[in-house]
Amino acid sequence: MLTFCLTALLVLAMLLSLGWGAVSDTEVIGALLAVDGVSVRDRTIVWDIRLPRVLTGVLVGAALAVSGAIMQGLFRNPLADPGLVGVSAGAGFGAVLAIVLGASAPFWFQAMMGYYLVPLAAFFGGWITTLLLYSVATRNGRTSVATMLLAGIALAALTGALTGILVYYATDDELRDLTFWGLGSVAGANWQKFWSAAPLIIICLIAAPFLARSLNALALGEAAAGHLGIRVQAMKRIAILTVACSVGAAVAVTGGIGFVGIVVPHLLRLVQGPDHNRLLINSALLGAVMLLLADAISRTVIAPAEMPIGIITAVIGGPFFLWILMRNRSLVDL
Amino acid sequence: MMIRIVPLIAACTAWPTISAAERYPTADAIVSVGGPITEIIYALGEENRIIARDTTSVFPDEVSDLPDVGYMRRLSAEGVLSVGPDLIIARSTSGPEEALDQLRGAAVPIVFVEDGFTPEAVLASVDTVGEALGVEEKADALIAKLTADFAELEQKRVGRDDPIRVLFALSIDGGRLNASGRGTGADGIITLAGGVNVMADTFEGYKLVNDEAVILAAPDVIIMMDGRGDHGGRAEEVLALPSVSLTSAGENEAFITIPGAALGFGPRTPQLASDLLTQLETLSDED
Repeated sequence: MLTFCLTALLVLAMLLSLGWGAVSDTEVIGALLAVDGVSVRDRTIVWDIRLPRVLTGVLVGAALAVSGAIMQGLFRNPLADPGLVGVSAGAGFGAVLAIVLGASAPFWFQAMMGYYLVPLAAFFGGWITTLLLYSVATRNGRTSVATMLLAGIALAALTGALTGILVYYATDDELRDLTFWGLGSVAGANWQKFWSAAPLIIICLIAAPFLARSLNALALGEAAAGHLGIRVQAMKRIAILTVACSVGAAVAVTGGIGFVGIVVPHLLRLVQGPDHNRLLINSALLGAVMLLLADAISRTVIAPAEMPIGIITAVIGGPFFLWILMRNRSLVDL
Repeated sequence: MMIRIVPLIAACTAWPTISAAERYPTADAIVSVGGPITEIIYALGEENRIIARDTTSVFPDEVSDLPDVGYMRRLSAEGVLSVGPDLIIARSTSGPEEALDQLRGAAVPIVFVEDGFTPEAVLASVDTVGEALGVEEKADALIAKLTADFAELEQKRVGRDDPIRVLFALSIDGGRLNASGRGTGADGIITLAGGVNVMADTFEGYKLVNDEAVILAAPDVIIMMDGRGDHGGRAEEVLALPSVSLTSAGENEAFITIPGAALGFGPRTPQLASDLLTQLETLSDED
């Protein structure tokens, strides 16, 4: 029932997003159906600006929320978010590296990479950090979740320091770009970017529900999960891989968008309970809805200018989350 | 078929490298991106053709009445399109590239104007903007006037055999000065005003400098931007810094402020540089 409602809400939010923009007189339906006589402007707005943006928003929102749910289950910690596997810190470092040093790369290289340099660097930065963290925390074929958590803090500090060095050498323009990257935006979405991230995210979203049974068992503790016949180590590996892949791809396209990965799964746990079978699917749906709505606000609130979406998710997500915590203080538990 | 060709042509012609040959004399719904560009359009008397501006366009005051399409490096394609532009004139550092591509896709021509912190860059920008607007005669007149202004400024500069050593600080941050190196508007205006930027040989852009670097640089005067609601407390704070107090700037309490507009190079640059030159001369006469 909840899943059905969320699906309906998502479809509604997508349609709304397509029709809701700074250009209010756009012939959305005409442009979508490719009716003759629709202006170049309207076709561009619907097909090349809003549609890739809406679809990117759906995938990124779903990826962040599902990854949050997986991480909270895996770490058995309500505060866990995708950042814990190092993917966000690494992606941030990669992006900063590309923004600051990209300008001094050989011209042919810049011409070849175009505006993919920053997303690619972010993706690989996230990946490398996650792999590093995973190998640090794995001894004798067993990954210690606690070591991973602590090593993650150390690695985040290290990438933070390296980022700081680059920030010091950045020019004013680059500093502006860095700041805005950290606040995230779906505004830069186009078809090329969408297709470069979509396959990875979609594969991860399809894989995620298969983790549900293992995550449910893991809530009892690692040993108990093992006795229940769960191959804990394989499951950890798949979970970390899924999160690193989907969040890496998401962050690469949109920059840092906070709070979706924490708020959405907790909200759903309050409504439907901690069962991961439904939690993962519903998280994907609600994450997508939340990001679409935040994006709709981000592009209309100070139109024709645009507010970075990370600000919106935090401004709405923060107080809302607090309010839920205050009302249901005893309910929040994994 | 036409529909397919139009964005293609727009995409080709709007490429920055060949922007010099573009004329849009009938464009009357212009989005101006970049403070200096907006100032040039006003100086050319073509302000009626602007329908929107970016966040950095704040002069003259009435420009604030126009819709703001956002920060010049963070433009949103849909936001810009929503004001219905038929031409975008933008600083070459505008972006992001994705948004510019989408605007080209929507068949809106974009004319790029090169940035720079020299008189030549100002004159070249006026030339580009004038051509884009199709008002070459007005542009030539403005260029002639600006050239004369810059020449007059140069006259005032010559004859100073002992140029004043200037340290420009953007801000004071935890007791350290965020100073300007080379390649900035501050460096450009100091040079035009006949001063020597003490940090020009040390680094590019703005950096936090430590105490010893300030002492070594030995500035005769510290310059900062005049901020709103600043009641001189900052002057004391800067002059009281241990490093600054050891320089002749500190000894003579030589601290002056300049308008923020002096850092962006546009039609007002000769006047602003001349003002700074007068300020610097007053200082050295007091010594």
